[in-house]
Amino acid sequence: MSIIADHLSYIYGAGTTFEVKALDDVSFKIDDGEYVGLMGHTGSGKSTLVQHLNGLLKPSSGTVYVDGEDICERDYDIKKLRGGVGLVFQYPEYQLFEEDVFSDVCFGPKNLGLPRSEVELRAYEALKQVGISDDCFYQSPFELSGGEKRRVAIAGVLAMKPKVLILDEPTAGLDPKGRMWMFDLIGKLRSEQGMTILLISHSMDDLAENAGRLLVMDAGRIVMDGSTKEVFSYCGELMDMGLDIPDVTRVMYMLRERGVNVGTDAVTLDEAVGDILKLYSGK
Amino acid sequence: MSLIEANRVSYEYIRRDKDGAVEGFNRAVDEVDLKIVQGEFVAIIGANGSGKSTLARHFNALLYPAEGTLYVDGYDTADDEHLWDIRKTAGMVFQNPDNQIIGTVVEEDVAFGPENIGVKSREIWERVANSLKSVGMYEFRKHSPARLSGGQKQRIAIAGVLAMHPKCIILDEATAMLDPKGRREVMESVHALNKEENITVILITHYMDEVVGADRVYVMDKGRVVMQGTPDKVFARADELKGFGLTVPGVTLLADELRKRGVNLPAGIVTAEGLVDEICRSLRII
Amino acid sequence: MLRDITLGQYYPAESLLHKLDPRVKIICTFIYMISVFLVRDPAGYAVAGAFLVSMIVLSRVPFKFMVRGLKGIMFILLFTAVFNVFFTPGEVLFSFWKLKVTREGLRVGIRMVIRLMFLVIGSSIMTLTTTPNRLTVGLEKVFKPLERFKLPVHEVAMMMSIALGFIPILVSELDRIMKAQSARGVNFESKRLTERVKSMIPLLIPLFVSAFRRAGELATAMEARCYHGGEGRTRMKPLHYKKRDILAYIVVLLYLGAVIAVGILV
Repeated sequence: MSIIADHLSYIYGAGTTFEVKALDDVSFKIDDGEYVGLMGHTGSGKSTLVQHLNGLLKPSSGTVYVDGEDICERDYDIKKLRGGVGLVFQYPEYQLFEEDVFSDVCFGPKNLGLPRSEVELRAYEALKQVGISDDCFYQSPFELSGGEKRRVAIAGVLAMKPKVLILDEPTAGLDPKGRMWMFDLIGKLRSEQGMTILLISHSMDDLAENAGRLLVMDAGRIVMDGSTKEVFSYCGELMDMGLDIPDVTRVMYMLRERGVNVGTDAVTLDEAVGDILKLYSGK
Repeated sequence: MSLIEANRVSYEYIRRDKDGAVEGFNRAVDEVDLKIVQGEFVAIIGANGSGKSTLARHFNALLYPAEGTLYVDGYDTADDEHLWDIRKTAGMVFQNPDNQIIGTVVEEDVAFGPENIGVKSREIWERVANSLKSVGMYEFRKHSPARLSGGQKQRIAIAGVLAMHPKCIILDEATAMLDPKGRREVMESVHALNKEENITVILITHYMDEVVGADRVYVMDKGRVVMQGTPDKVFARADELKGFGLTVPGVTLLADELRKRGVNLPAGIVTAEGLVDEICRSLRII
Repeated sequence: MLRDITLGQYYPAESLLHKLDPRVKIICTFIYMISVFLVRDPAGYAVAGAFLVSMIVLSRVPFKFMVRGLKGIMFILLFTAVFNVFFTPGEVLFSFWKLKVTREGLRVGIRMVIRLMFLVIGSSIMTLTTTPNRLTVGLEKVFKPLERFKLPVHEVAMMMSIALGFIPILVSELDRIMKAQSARGVNFESKRLTERVKSMIPLLIPLFVSAFRRAGELATAMEARCYHGGEGRTRMKPLHYKKRDILAYIVVLLYLGAVIAVGILV
């Protein structure tokens, strides 16, 4: 499933003194099966942008095409869109509400109007995918630990079987183990089910290790769009926007400054290790 | 004399079944010993549920030890008489900036603490101004906190603690909800307070790179302190940390990987500068 | 719609009204409310309206902002108007179907709507120009005498100010939950009433859970900052009447006199 944003603009509080241009002429295309990272400091418009991609917000001008269809058309089936583009909000565990875990995960597919057997099958599969064991199924979601709540909430979106999954800082507040688990899951969803991934993250290291391409937002505009390597080569510009470069890239820059003849385009751990090892083998 | 001294401190949560009957006890903190000296910068790390936040809440007497004793600035926290002295001495900044702001104007929020401990009006004004200056938020004193960024709100919360003239600030995952810029702002403020005003800092965090600047690190697992030492010593034991659901800073990861591939680097490299120095040194030797 | 409720919100600006002692504003708002109920004729409404407009101008709060507050109570206004227009007996002006519009009904309806608007705008001016903190201090002082009757004046005032501060946070939280549940396929715009009511559950439960969580965290944060009730508490900005406050009382009393005079003379 591909997504095209075509000259999207969005104005909050149009006509009032509080008028804010949250999105300003945003255009891009995400192809089927891509793993795209979206970064920008708080308030740069990331959340507003992703809410347009599954029709939660209507653009002030411009439009969004999902699978070639204009989702802003009046007769577009919004239910199909909600099933096709899954959106995991920041701290998604705050949306849990049902009496037990299983019913909560059933909520999404049920809203899609699927038959009960299909709803339950999907809920079961989704809970298995996020590693929730059977004996938790009939517990209250509010009794789970923080990390488990987050998994259940994500299962609630996965049970809708989206083809595109958008995640808004899915690792916020998790410990290192929880963060690693999350990236494993996202990676699997992409490689095993061919999901298209759009990941909002504040961690340059995580984006570098996982995404193939990066979109950078600043003041409601897409200011950079390119491969992870390409984007992180604009070190100064990123810093000016309140962003950063991956730890390993910083090491490469510092080595270069010290006169070591090494490239500065490594963004992942493996690349950095490879480049540094070359220094030794050359001698 | 140490500022905070814990002797075999334990804390238990009562676990109840659906009808409210007591099912058993969960040991959230298990026989913890620690000593923190005035002016130190100490980090406490551990996976979710390792007991680090529970422990931190003992430091300003929000919780009392079930067993063992805890002294803050010489006061026994179990002794109700000195409750306000303890809370004044060890201030706390919490995770969610929105849930700890009481005032609707920055300066009024910062004044909340001093008002509670009965400081005279004129002195409150001075304290508020000074604390806001310390965290670089003085120019925002008339603003509404609602419109500030997460990093700015947390700096206001720090100022609110400073206005009580504490000896120690405890940051309980205070950077968890911030973006990189906000985190940088908060960490810079905290380090400045530690260096310039000799305020003891206890930093509880999930971000390993924030730990690098600390004097000492405590690692917690299942309520116990399982490791302690300087950051380089602690991060030199990456495999053990992994067992506790933790990791090492990105730079350390890179150094470890290089060492595994035969590059001659010492263990426990935690900063980019350190790694670059070591690589340069080893390159010249070869 | 929730966003439109300006009652209880503070609008930062540098104006005379912002500087006034909160006690003055509380007592004067009270006097104004009484005056609105005293008025019976157009001349009186003109006086009350003129006073209100001059206060709005003095407050330096944009008029638009003030009027937005009325949007939130639109339903009540409409209901009052309709109820009075149709159900007051008297001289029938015209009628259709089973409904009759009477001269008296029209008069009462208009009067009630104007009164309500004056009341809401009047109290909005107070909250828009006074920070909840100052409002709390003011309320506490005004109602202090009641503490003799064992009423928890400080606690109630504190609760109010916290509740007011939490409104915008909870409103944005509600917005977030609504979007999150929409993303899970809930249709909040369904025409069927039963479905609409049902769609409230996935909104309200997370909202309550989050409100309780926030309240718990806030209580802990307050305790950590040495809060222990009103006893021994000092103020950064203690209340002292200044010349302008006395002047304000005089102006409001003059206004009250004017309203009463107009009522007798006209």
